[in-house]
Amino acid sequence: MDPHGDLTVLYFAWLRERTGAAEETVTPPASVVTVADLIAWLRERGPRHAAAFADAKVIRCAVNQEFAAPETELHAGDEVAFFPPVTGG
Amino acid sequence: MATVRVQTEDFDVGAEFAALTAGRHDIGGLGCFVGTVRDEGNRLSALTLEQYPGMTERALARVAAEAERRFSLLGCTVIHRHGRLEPGANIVLVIAASGHRQPALDATHFLIDWLKTSAPFWKKEEYADGTAAWVDARKADDEAAARWQRAG
Repeated sequence: MDPHGDLTVLYFAWLRERTGAAEETVTPPASVVTVADLIAWLRERGPRHAAAFADAKVIRCAVNQEFAAPETELHAGDEVAFFPPVTGG
Repeated sequence: MATVRVQTEDFDVGAEFAALTAGRHDIGGLGCFVGTVRDEGNRLSALTLEQYPGMTERALARVAAEAERRFSLLGCTVIHRHGRLEPGANIVLVIAASGHRQPALDATHFLIDWLKTSAPFWKKEEYADGTAAWVDARKADDEAAARWQRAG
């Protein structure tokens, strides 16, 4: 990713409650290339983020409002959303 | 052209049928599914549905268009509510219109299954004792599976 690129990160359901934020703007280092890298980096932001991302297996992600995978690459300006498996319908 | 809405307010099933069929004489069958808030044993006081604004509408519009194409529908309506809903309240409406019954029923089934697994909504249950918990997907999957066992 661009070394100085911003990402908008959104949290839904219990991820929002655990992080204490619905939305935040972050500027990860250039070493953050993929969604999995971003999760690892966000986990280090503090105890609330560590708790929210403790079990990455149960977390789903969308990049620019499309479902994404751990290996999906990120770009400056992307909207990245984290949430539990969906339970609508 | 599908009608897709994500809204807090209730919907009127009869009015949606009328809107979908107005002036049409080519429709031979309508499939319909309405999902409502279920309480088991007076333990639930409300269900709150959270959604991902923007992604929800895009995802619903895309799948409605896919259903219209795949089942050659003459029209379809998908309405999903969000916010705080009490037991008995409507949550979701799917109507599929076709020339014949089979595609109408199949499309209804396709749409509601897709909504269950792929639309960005999350349910939180509030209980009568004042506690609350997010519904987990495993439980929701189990409920879907149980419904099929009963149907079978």
